[in-house]
Amino acid sequence: MPVLDLMSGFIVELRSAGLPVSLTENLDAMEAVKVIPIEDRDAFKYALGATLVKNNAHWRVFETIFEVYFSLRGPEYEINAEGKPDDFWREMQEQADQVKGQGEGKGSGGGMDSLTPEEIAAMLMRALMSGDQAMMRALAKQSVQRFAGMEPGRPVGGTYYLYRTLRNLDLDNMLQKLMDANREMSKQELSSLEERLEKDEFESRIEQFKQEVESEIRRRLVADRGAEAMAKTLRKPLPEDVEFMHASRDEMQSLKKALYPLTRKLAARLARKRRHGRKGPLDFRNTVRHSLSYGGVPADPKFRYPRPAKPELMVVADISGSVAAFARFTLMFVYAIQHQFSKVRSFVFIDGIDEVTKYFKATEDIGEAINKVNTEADVVWVDGHSDYGHAFEVFFERYGKDINSKTTILLLGDARNNYHAAQSWVVKEMRKRARHVYWLNPEPKSYWNTGDSIVGEYGAHTDGVFECRNLRQLEGFVENLA
Amino acid sequence: MRVKPRFKDVASVRSGLKKENYLADDGIAGVVYLADRLGKPVLIEGPAGTGKTQLAKSVADMTGARLIRLQCYEGLDESKALYEWNYKKQLLRIQADKTSDSWSEVHDDIFSEEFLLTRPLLEAITSEEPVVLLIDEVDRVEVETEALLLEILSEYQVSIPELGTITAKQIPLVFLTSNNTRELSEALKRRCLYLHVDYPDLEREKEIVLNKVPDISENLADQIARIVRSIRQLDLKKAPSVSETLDWARTLMLLGIETIDEKEAKETLHILLKYQTDIAKAAKELSVTK
Ligand SMILES: Nc1ncnc2c1ncn2[C@@H]1O[C@H](COP(=O)(O)OP(=O)(O)OP(=O)(O)O)[C@@H](O)[C@H]1O
Ligand SMILES: [Mg+2]
Repeated sequence: MPVLDLMSGFIVELRSAGLPVSLTENLDAMEAVKVIPIEDRDAFKYALGATLVKNNAHWRVFETIFEVYFSLRGPEYEINAEGKPDDFWREMQEQADQVKGQGEGKGSGGGMDSLTPEEIAAMLMRALMSGDQAMMRALAKQSVQRFAGMEPGRPVGGTYYLYRTLRNLDLDNMLQKLMDANREMSKQELSSLEERLEKDEFESRIEQFKQEVESEIRRRLVADRGAEAMAKTLRKPLPEDVEFMHASRDEMQSLKKALYPLTRKLAARLARKRRHGRKGPLDFRNTVRHSLSYGGVPADPKFRYPRPAKPELMVVADISGSVAAFARFTLMFVYAIQHQFSKVRSFVFIDGIDEVTKYFKATEDIGEAINKVNTEADVVWVDGHSDYGHAFEVFFERYGKDINSKTTILLLGDARNNYHAAQSWVVKEMRKRARHVYWLNPEPKSYWNTGDSIVGEYGAHTDGVFECRNLRQLEGFVENLA
Repeated sequence: MRVKPRFKDVASVRSGLKKENYLADDGIAGVVYLADRLGKPVLIEGPAGTGKTQLAKSVADMTGARLIRLQCYEGLDESKALYEWNYKKQLLRIQADKTSDSWSEVHDDIFSEEFLLTRPLLEAITSEEPVVLLIDEVDRVEVETEALLLEILSEYQVSIPELGTITAKQIPLVFLTSNNTRELSEALKRRCLYLHVDYPDLEREKEIVLNKVPDISENLADQIARIVRSIRQLDLKKAPSVSETLDWARTLMLLGIETIDEKEAKETLHILLKYQTDIAKAAKELSVTK
């Protein structure tokens, strides 16, 4: 297929995956492929990346789609294809025969195809041991062909094939085996530093091998099903679309990274409003510029805007079971926010409420802070099931006096109150005293006010309730604060 | 207006940079090449100390161009970035001629190039010689200030209300760097090619050390790169940057160390890491036998 045709499908897929590719960027990409030959696949990939991906968090999604659309798709990638008999392959066959000879004491012959899984695993171990890249790649191909059990047209996902392939190679135990072998081989005792470095090196090689296996599977699937269908199967949400409530560990990690810029923005937005109407120092340049229309008389003095003061923030977050995953995120959010505001106080509740500001202040280690909050904060009053009403009441009793006209209050939770008394007067009272009160709800909007959710009742007294299921929505909330 | 391309191909960018002691990977070299061919600015993002600023400098050295640098900061405005009228001089001129000339004459006179102070952006496009323009740490200016850059980034021109539009005599290579402390505007990003420069992989970091630290042995450089890689995998407040790797390498050289053992690693960790909690974490990780 000509490059330009491939390109249009490719860009459609990027957009379907959520990447914001503008018309300009589309055109730039078309220009880029004119000056970079597709044969130089790496350069080609980076050229497309540079024109189409303007956010590093989107790179992984881009790479996957790139691989699907532009991976080499020759006959050698058909699901049933045999390996290409080039020189390297022949050499491998010879090695394989050697392994056979040593391993079983049988005569040589048969080559790669007659190797048992154990023998292939042994070859892999040697390749990993010495870091032989070409061999690792060849073995990845061979393993997929032998062990993945791929059949044309079978509607099975890549993960299944990956699992089958790796299991046959006993890859789970590979690291241990490599470390043991390494220990045996080295003449002197390895220091713990050396061991650690070796371990990291082996891990990175194993990871690389896994990726080779994955790409090989993907290539074959693409050959079988076509790029479009494959891209659809492989589609994963962008980091900003990952639901807080269902984020995996990995996803949480990348969410964490995205948080800092966001909290900076939040601080800037909350500070901005107060800038207007106040006067700062004289702006000389501006004054003179205007004076020119009065023949040089500085008749109309101009002032610079004063630097906005850092706002104050109170975060009150539900950390009960129903929002557990969201709570983990919330705590990261609070931690990240800490640096952006002159005064942040954080409170967590279930049916009781406790201030946790000090845990975040005390340490630079976010994991430790969150751990402390989870183990030491006194948030259970009766039974450890959400009671917003009681938590709010206690909050107001203890801290209500600290709310003033500079305070912004963020309430975070699903407002699932287990049918307890709402005590929504507290929120009303908060709003009277504070600058703003906002509610962020991690539940889909369609669930609001169903069952025991009473977000509407609370929300009526706030400056707004916002659906906040992912970063994109949180960002939207921040964006619209101005 | 465009003369001829600066680079033959991607490989020649890479080797040219290497001659300047800058070790690029395929991504970096590819995007620099593309920037020249498409005549577009490059926005470089990535963690601190990964060679973003240095890339612009090295490209300038490699092409023999003059480097013009606009260092961004909070509060940077038009008068520091683009141009400024020389008010003192203008006022003097107004005072001197108060009686004789008509106002419109004075007006035309004081808004001529004689009274114009050029700042880096205007300087870059009016320059006769080839230029590499570096707009460093663009994330530090307010979003509103970004707008000042848009015209120059897409049209390579500057409009001065009193004078008209000044267009570039040659298209400079433009690099913008950002530490990603805030999201840049879509308008800015659309106009740029995007390059994310991350920590280098093991091989490249070793090469950088070998190139930048005189007389260092292959063995020591290798060990340094490995240890740094392992440390970067930890969950740290701030991972070591390339400049910190280089500082560490130089320190080890000064101390006459040829092979790093645990004791020496621990004693010098503070050069690599800035936070006490990070140092403690790394010290623990690097000595635990698993
Ligand atoms: N690829 C590289 N080749 C050679 N030297 C490098 C490379 N990357 C980084 N360095 C060296 O690392 C140091 C830091 O680089 P530089 O100041 O350009 O980082 P930066 O990304 O601009 O950091 P910051 O975000 O803090 O401004 C410099 O001494 C530079 O020479
Ligand atoms: Mg820099």
